[in-house]
Amino acid sequence: MSPDSAAVPFTLDGIAVEAAPGETIWDVAHRHGTAIPHLCHRPEPGYRADGNCRACMVEVSGERVLAASCRRVPAPGMVVHSASDRAVAARTMVLELLLADQPPRDRAPDPDAAFWSQVDAVGLSTSRFPASDPAPPRDISHPAMAVNLEACIQCGLCVRACREVQVNDVIGMAWRGDRSTVVFDLDDPMGDSTCVACGECVQACPTGALMPASLVGHDGVRDVHPDRSVDSLCPYCGVGCQITYKVAADRIVAVEGRDGPANHNRLCVKGRFGFDYAAHPHRLTVPLIRLPGVPKHAGDTVDPANPWTHFRPATWDEALDVAASGLVRIRDTHGPRSLAGFGSAKGSNEEAYLFQKLVRTGFGSNNVDHCTRLCHASSVAALMEGLSSGAVSAPFEAALDAELIIVIGANPTVNHPVAATFIKNAVRQSGARLVVIDPRRQALSRHAWRHLSFKPGTDVALLNALLHTIIAEGLVDEAFVRDRTTNFAALRDGVRDFSPEVMAPVCGIPAETLREVARAYATARSALIFWGMGISQHVHGTDNARCLIALALVTGQIGRPGTGLHPLRGQNNVQGASDAGLIPMYFADYQPVDRPASHALFEQAWGMPLDGERGLTVVEIMAAIRAGNIRGMYIEGENPAMSDPDLHHARTALATLGHLVVQDLFLTETAFHADVVLPASAFAEKGGTFTNTDRRVQLARPVVPPPGEARQDWWIIQEIARRMGLDWSYTGPADIFAELAALSPSLHNVTWERLERDGAVTYPVANPGGPGQAILFDHAFPTADGRAHLVPARQLPPDAPPDAAYPLLLSTGRILEHWNTGSMTRRSGPLQAIEPQAHALVNPRELARLGLCGGQAMRIETRRGAVVVQARPDRDVPDGMVFMPFCYAEAAANLLTNPALDPIGKIPEFKLCAARAGPVPA
Amino acid sequence: MTAEGSGPDDEPPRRGRGEPRAAPKGRQADPGSLDFLQALLGDRPLRRDLLVEHLHLIQDRCGCIPAAMLTALAETMRLSLADVFETATFYAHFDVQTEDEPPLPPLTVRACEGLPCAMAGAGALFADLQRLAGPGLRVVRAPCMGLCDHAPAVAIGHNPVAPATSSTVAAALAAGETVPRLPDYVACDAYRAGGGYALLGRLRDGTLSADAVLASLDDASLRGLGGAGFPTARKWRAVRAEPGPRLMVVNADEGEPGTFKDRFYLENDPHRVLEGMLVGAHVVGADEIYFYLRDEYPVARAILEREIARLPPGGPVIHLRRGAGADICGEESALLDSLEGRRGLPRHKPPLPFRVGLFGRPTLINNVETLFWVRDIVERGPAWWTSHGRHGHRGLRSFSVSGRVRDSGVKLAPAGITLRELVDEFCGGMAPGHTLQAFLPGGASGGILPAAMDDIPLDFGTLEPHGCFIGSAAVVVLSDQDDLRAAALNLMHFFEDESCGQCTPCRVGTRKARQLMQQPQWDVALLSELSQVMRDASICGLGQAAPNPLQSLFRHFPHLFAPAEIGVSPAEARSDADAPA
Repeated sequence: MSPDSAAVPFTLDGIAVEAAPGETIWDVAHRHGTAIPHLCHRPEPGYRADGNCRACMVEVSGERVLAASCRRVPAPGMVVHSASDRAVAARTMVLELLLADQPPRDRAPDPDAAFWSQVDAVGLSTSRFPASDPAPPRDISHPAMAVNLEACIQCGLCVRACREVQVNDVIGMAWRGDRSTVVFDLDDPMGDSTCVACGECVQACPTGALMPASLVGHDGVRDVHPDRSVDSLCPYCGVGCQITYKVAADRIVAVEGRDGPANHNRLCVKGRFGFDYAAHPHRLTVPLIRLPGVPKHAGDTVDPANPWTHFRPATWDEALDVAASGLVRIRDTHGPRSLAGFGSAKGSNEEAYLFQKLVRTGFGSNNVDHCTRLCHASSVAALMEGLSSGAVSAPFEAALDAELIIVIGANPTVNHPVAATFIKNAVRQSGARLVVIDPRRQALSRHAWRHLSFKPGTDVALLNALLHTIIAEGLVDEAFVRDRTTNFAALRDGVRDFSPEVMAPVCGIPAETLREVARAYATARSALIFWGMGISQHVHGTDNARCLIALALVTGQIGRPGTGLHPLRGQNNVQGASDAGLIPMYFADYQPVDRPASHALFEQAWGMPLDGERGLTVVEIMAAIRAGNIRGMYIEGENPAMSDPDLHHARTALATLGHLVVQDLFLTETAFHADVVLPASAFAEKGGTFTNTDRRVQLARPVVPPPGEARQDWWIIQEIARRMGLDWSYTGPADIFAELAALSPSLHNVTWERLERDGAVTYPVANPGGPGQAILFDHAFPTADGRAHLVPARQLPPDAPPDAAYPLLLSTGRILEHWNTGSMTRRSGPLQAIEPQAHALVNPRELARLGLCGGQAMRIETRRGAVVVQARPDRDVPDGMVFMPFCYAEAAANLLTNPALDPIGKIPEFKLCAARAGPVPA
Repeated sequence: MTAEGSGPDDEPPRRGRGEPRAAPKGRQADPGSLDFLQALLGDRPLRRDLLVEHLHLIQDRCGCIPAAMLTALAETMRLSLADVFETATFYAHFDVQTEDEPPLPPLTVRACEGLPCAMAGAGALFADLQRLAGPGLRVVRAPCMGLCDHAPAVAIGHNPVAPATSSTVAAALAAGETVPRLPDYVACDAYRAGGGYALLGRLRDGTLSADAVLASLDDASLRGLGGAGFPTARKWRAVRAEPGPRLMVVNADEGEPGTFKDRFYLENDPHRVLEGMLVGAHVVGADEIYFYLRDEYPVARAILEREIARLPPGGPVIHLRRGAGADICGEESALLDSLEGRRGLPRHKPPLPFRVGLFGRPTLINNVETLFWVRDIVERGPAWWTSHGRHGHRGLRSFSVSGRVRDSGVKLAPAGITLRELVDEFCGGMAPGHTLQAFLPGGASGGILPAAMDDIPLDFGTLEPHGCFIGSAAVVVLSDQDDLRAAALNLMHFFEDESCGQCTPCRVGTRKARQLMQQPQWDVALLSELSQVMRDASICGLGQAAPNPLQSLFRHFPHLFAPAEIGVSPAEARSDADAPA
């Protein structure tokens, strides 16, 4: 190590060494290749050395007692002996003491656990000490994790994992002395506790006392041993966790978090335990062609385990021919705009790019969209309008640098669980103030300085009151507004009538609280705003986002560490799919289809004339089908028959199509109405690049082969393209990425080679090989004049507020265990075991008023439909609201939702519609 | 996949698996418990550091801490269930009750099993008392209550009874005496009449400087009398030099078995302690004082509650806090964690509390007796203090003497006095019929010395060469009628019970040592090896000192061990015992 003025020189085992500031004796020894045993110390990000096991003791000259090397920071001149007789004797006896109370190794839950290798390393095989009372019986109450405290050594790593790293606060070390015991909540069985199954404890446990259930046999002993590991990514949300898949006989048997830039080894229940969906028996393994004479209708259902009532197997050649020829026939008969395609935010950048290119060049129109329309279309619209950039301005890890964090209309512990851990770290370890703004309370509320439980749909009233306060009280960052923004006068005039006192009765938050929060945000050294679909999924979603953008701009809380705007992106590749042009108004990198220069660029790049008008969006396409304007569709990896609002109409539209090609893993609700179904590859079966919510491009690698005849998505898209007359000859993702990057200024200097080497690159990257820019807008915005544009927002009512006939308010969203429409997670054993049943959450007071008890069946009805679900009392839900997850096909929430759209973002109002609920009529 | 979902029939039932939950994950606070708790808490603040206080409220009201109340408390204080549960279960005086446990009797009798009480027949008394137990009463063993001079001791609810017999306990139970009666003590007016608070007044009005106070303490060489013996003025100066805000903590958690001097001073002359405390707070510039009193001292608590309210106005805010039955909280850094509302786990050092203490602030921590002497040393002058002493030692020591002496109790004696002098001059000699065999010079952890060493001056530094220390000056005298091996086992049992459980050498070491010591034959070699590791590798003084009694026996009483127990090197063990000091 190079000499450093702050470095601490000391002597380790007779050799002069130096410690970097903060480096411990253990760290330095490790760096010099000196092995010191460790049990309670986990040298990984986020883990505080606790020094309790005393397996790492070293002798420091002149000190009365030995020192725990994992905690002890050397002082200048200190003389440390890592292998003195005293130190070795202490370390060995610590292991011998612990060994006395372990089960025999062949009965231990994990004979490969770190504990045993440490015991081996000091040369112990037996203990001279008597064993103590047996530990509590095994706890196998949890579907995903097995607990066997007989192997527990009270090192507290699980406690730190649960409370300091992931901050889920479930595990405690109860009682004291030799009765110290790891407990869940109030010593409840793990499966009955508040455990959210992030599995951090399992990953940290050095003994196998906590194990993934998937590795443990019926006798409690590990009986699954991976034969190889593959580094890749998590397939679920936009956080983009890096994962190591453990594979035995070409089957994924376990997952571990990797130290990726987004997750630092952390995972959530879906990423860690939800990997088995791809091996579900429902997987499509051959192409399917609809049987002749099987009619289509909106209410039709097919058993995914038995598609033969509606379909017959086909060869790839036949299926591709039928799929492509049907599209060609419609295109050639009814014109290019009679076709549309939905690509997928679950696919790679390469797949997204190919899919939109197929629609634009093969179909001949811009009728291509994907589920971004249903999540952040309004956010992106407002960001493009104000900043000319639709992505986040700072990564979620910026929370650690923030003095104040606003989370509004988002429930990150459920939907971005790993990102939420950093927000909780910021509160607990960095002392950040957290403001949660959401009608519903949530797990973050306990950590919040303020939770504003405002009246649903009054976002603009609340946010304009904050803006009003900031302007009226002189808290505006005048220099920032003067030098970096335009249109401030319009904003000032726009919020003039929105004083907190006037808005308090509108939004239900006391004026003084509004002022307090506005002041805290404006005066914080650094403040960051996270938002989710509680902001975007409204008819006024774009206006909501405009307010948030204005808040950051008028206070200058953007462009610096710990500041910025972060719309939490949903799908693992919704950022990348949008970047790749899988949206009807933009080519790759947000180059407008209707801007002549962009249009010309892409016509030239792709070598053919292109449609110069914006295409239709997701919900508009459904309407266009109903209107007879769109007759054929290619849907890759999307499930609009579950995800669209007002499903009856959406399903009717799908059933109306003359030709529908669906490409997916399973026979989804959308595929029920297909003419051809093409079996695709699951995430773990393919390679490619994926862009997380932080604008970080990461490389996924194939882990296991696809089952049966299932094929790579890029190959399938290319085969369709070829059959539609396109002369494509891509050989794989690297090829495709090169073309995408060449057309995307934002991806300059992001190369396949670099991704293969580094695994992750955040764009933009200024210089080849240089670091990516995590925080944007430090000196200018990418607008024509370099300034951000302030846009005032008007308070509009929801499209369908509660009324006398439908007095409740229905809100929809997700739950921790199930991903979006459930097609993946409901086919995962552990996830389905934790949350098997369709339910809705209602405040217990409200539930009582409805004449229902927890667990009973409840009928929920709106003007569009009715479903029956289990009623679940939840004090986080405000009175008058029913919250419903939309993942349950058997009681699809979107049968009820309102298809009313935000006029700019074209996003439906999933978050709010009038409903009524009660017991199921006899 | 071999997930346990399809296990054979002999597996225990799988709770939670595949059964749809009907509520959010985990326990939910029920409205009834929330209402009850809110009424109980009233307008008390919900700060984290008050968790132990709030648990006391529930325990005192309900006679236990029902799981439903714990759930409600967690929600009310915005803490996690695990957090409140691990804190509540750490402390012996909290009885957490889950739904599937039978209800606890409303009244608890705690019978002390500390060494002096054990010598006075606590074992037989406990057996007798068990016969009184029933649905309305439970009898449990408890560690030292600081009533060693009247052993054996019990506490009926919050009422200490000593010496106790089964008939006196039965009588007290019949009379419903579950709260203590206050003794006569020097109350505020009397203390003032005797010149009390004049010193504080002079300090506050500037006629006496803080430096002058410090100089007096320096000249007197006053050292911390809780056991560690750190020079008091040096500690005050160190805290004073740290950036504010600074805090002060009074350590009134003397849990070392055999020690009861702090209780004695608090129950007799509390204002002398309080004045010393206020002087200390003034000198170091502490804004707030946390007075941490062990829960075994309800009499002192009642007195302090009354007398703190009568203190001269204008001083720092004083928070009187109750321990909850955890000896380890007498360790100053564990005490800080306890004051912060958590389990009392000793902290790693460095940093020391004078720099990073309570709530991370620079904190002055002083023992009760140390503060007790401040006024006298300053007012009478350091020369008065140093005029006392014997055998070249200076100052006074308050010896808590218990065991086989005629007259036990707190003995204010010159520092450096020998055990023989202490027993003969201050305790009326040995109890009739008893001959000195051994003595504990410093409570449970200070080691054991043989009668032959009754001529060593008792003070800081004099006993270390013999593997012992004076600590809090708790002298337990054992006679020819006492079983030293049983005494050592009693002490190891105490350490095992009172270990916080944080580090392996102490948590597992005390347990294994106790197990080995319960064998008819001791494995002296293994116990010696274990003792060394506990001493070398434990985090705090409890684990480091826990093997002291054991090692003292090996060193000073080799005749207690058969050659077979000593094993391979009996000669070595003997020569060690004979080694010159």
